[in-house]
Amino acid sequence: MTFFLQLMVSGFALGMVYALIAIGFVIILKCSKAFNIAQGHFVMIGGYLGFTFLVTFHLPVWASLLAAVGAAIILGLLVERLMLRPMVGQPVLAIIMMTIALSVVLEGLATLIWGGEYKTYHGVLPTITLKVGELSIPPETLIGVIVSIIVVIILMLFFRYTRSGLAMMATAEDEQVVQSAGIKVTTVYALSWVIACVVGVIGGIILGGVSGVMIPLSMVGMKAFAVVLLGGVNSIGGAIVAGIMLGVLENVAAGYLDPILPGGGLANVFPFVVMIIVLIFKPYGLFGLVEIERI
Amino acid sequence: MGLPSGTFNQGYAQDMAIFRTRTQWVMLFAFLILLFACPLFFGDRILTILTIIGISVISVHGLNILTGYCNQISMGHAGFMAVGAYASALLTAKLGFSFWAALPCAALAAGIVGIIFGLPSLRIKGFYLIMATVAAHFIIIWVILQLYGVTGGSDGMAVPRPEIGGFVFKSKSSYFYLVMILACLGTFLAKNIVRTRAGRAFIAIRDNELAAEVMGVNLWTYKLQAFFIGCVFAGVAGSLLVHYVAFATTDQFPFMNSVWYLGMLIVGGMGSTAGAIFGAVSLKLLDELVTIVGPILAATVSPQAASSLGLIMRGLVILLFLIFEPRGIAHRWQMVKSYYRLWPFSH
Repeated sequence: MTFFLQLMVSGFALGMVYALIAIGFVIILKCSKAFNIAQGHFVMIGGYLGFTFLVTFHLPVWASLLAAVGAAIILGLLVERLMLRPMVGQPVLAIIMMTIALSVVLEGLATLIWGGEYKTYHGVLPTITLKVGELSIPPETLIGVIVSIIVVIILMLFFRYTRSGLAMMATAEDEQVVQSAGIKVTTVYALSWVIACVVGVIGGIILGGVSGVMIPLSMVGMKAFAVVLLGGVNSIGGAIVAGIMLGVLENVAAGYLDPILPGGGLANVFPFVVMIIVLIFKPYGLFGLVEIERI
Repeated sequence: MGLPSGTFNQGYAQDMAIFRTRTQWVMLFAFLILLFACPLFFGDRILTILTIIGISVISVHGLNILTGYCNQISMGHAGFMAVGAYASALLTAKLGFSFWAALPCAALAAGIVGIIFGLPSLRIKGFYLIMATVAAHFIIIWVILQLYGVTGGSDGMAVPRPEIGGFVFKSKSSYFYLVMILACLGTFLAKNIVRTRAGRAFIAIRDNELAAEVMGVNLWTYKLQAFFIGCVFAGVAGSLLVHYVAFATTDQFPFMNSVWYLGMLIVGGMGSTAGAIFGAVSLKLLDELVTIVGPILAATVSPQAASSLGLIMRGLVILLFLIFEPRGIAHRWQMVKSYYRLWPFSH
């Protein structure tokens, strides 16, 4: 039983980070109708940025976080202006290939700047130890959960109470109406990429603190896609619920099935199995809007 | 600007002809003769490159029918290639089939797996379908790795070279001929499949799915047919690849390859048989350029610059094509052709 609860708890912590990354994806999709394959690569860049500011420059944690967020804002603005602005109104495949090209370029840049090597800053981030009975929660994960929850709450408040946040939600609803109401849609697009980038980078710093950072860290983006599909591609709440569900399911399934299966590695393929099942039986996810198409 | 000036169609057969004038026939045969004379002029290194290009062309033709003509975007093409590759490898190495029997079986196996993973396409499209095919790729590779006793898992397995009546396709030039004959056959089939009833149905589905259904195109059969045909091509290409390397591992079919095949389609031009060839050739040549420039860059600038060069170049090529020429090289080629047909008159 303790084993099961332990798996549940660490799955929950992992799921919160997945949810955080998936939210970035959902925001871009809602506001600018672009599917961002490179979300996982923002995470990887975030991990490397964390390493640069925390270890190479020896900045304190708060300053590193600010610097990384600043870098993420610049990256987001550049990406939107240079790569995605020319793609407005293009078919789905063109936009997806563009974000793939973005992911490849980011991977190349990470190789160029950080050598694509395994970097770790274990023990640099502050830790909180918590013990409930026999359950121990890994300290790095706990701080990750807390940061994720804070970021999610900030985003919720942003979308509910600020002018720009409301503009973004309105754009998600209907672009043309919003334009006639005097909201600049290009600004909303830029803002959505900036938010996605910042959220990805924060997720990357958390994951980098837990397990180190290297190029394959970007594969976490794939898990975020499974989360997004399970929750429904245009639902932020869905992303949170599905993130936690997938994190827990993945951990429990891997914990019980990996000893039975010879090759192991179920945790890596599990999100894809979930993806296929969701796509076959409930294509629009748990909380997604069902698209109705007319000729 | 479909025809050289002064050429007029006077019947249905002429209208349908791919090669319409005598010059076009002459150019076709000149190209084929030059292609098959390559082993006389080039060394093993260039032949290897050409063989790999030939295999990619076969694979991209499949993806072109599936994605370019039928708009069912597949990002699991390398996974389907792996199915064909392992089917062929198992049949020849473990069960003692000859290569010639194993190749159709491999194609069939890949096609059937393609149909299975194409089933979600009946309810979903666009991004959802891409995710389903991405999942297909990872699940296929995972299953291959799990079947340790059969496939050798991550250790891989040795595969015999094909042979016919005692003659083994061992040398680079003999395998070059094998691949090129199949590539030409594949091009012929790909060009003609899209001119059949099924091909026109694919195009109708691509242009507007609902309208196609209203017009009486059976989405269920034709989408699955597109998946089957696309994956058959992938299976043949995968089988040729492992028999060429004489070894099969899952490392030969990384996820990024699935993405590159789509990139080849973008660069070459979607929905055009010539585009598939242009794309495969140009991106593979770009890879070769990178392998030549890479060591120079490593010596003069830094090893990091060399290892990132390939990624950044590939990313930039796809990016620039998407922004400046979304219709690919095939479209540029059409423009060049219509220009020289009218030269020296501009209108």
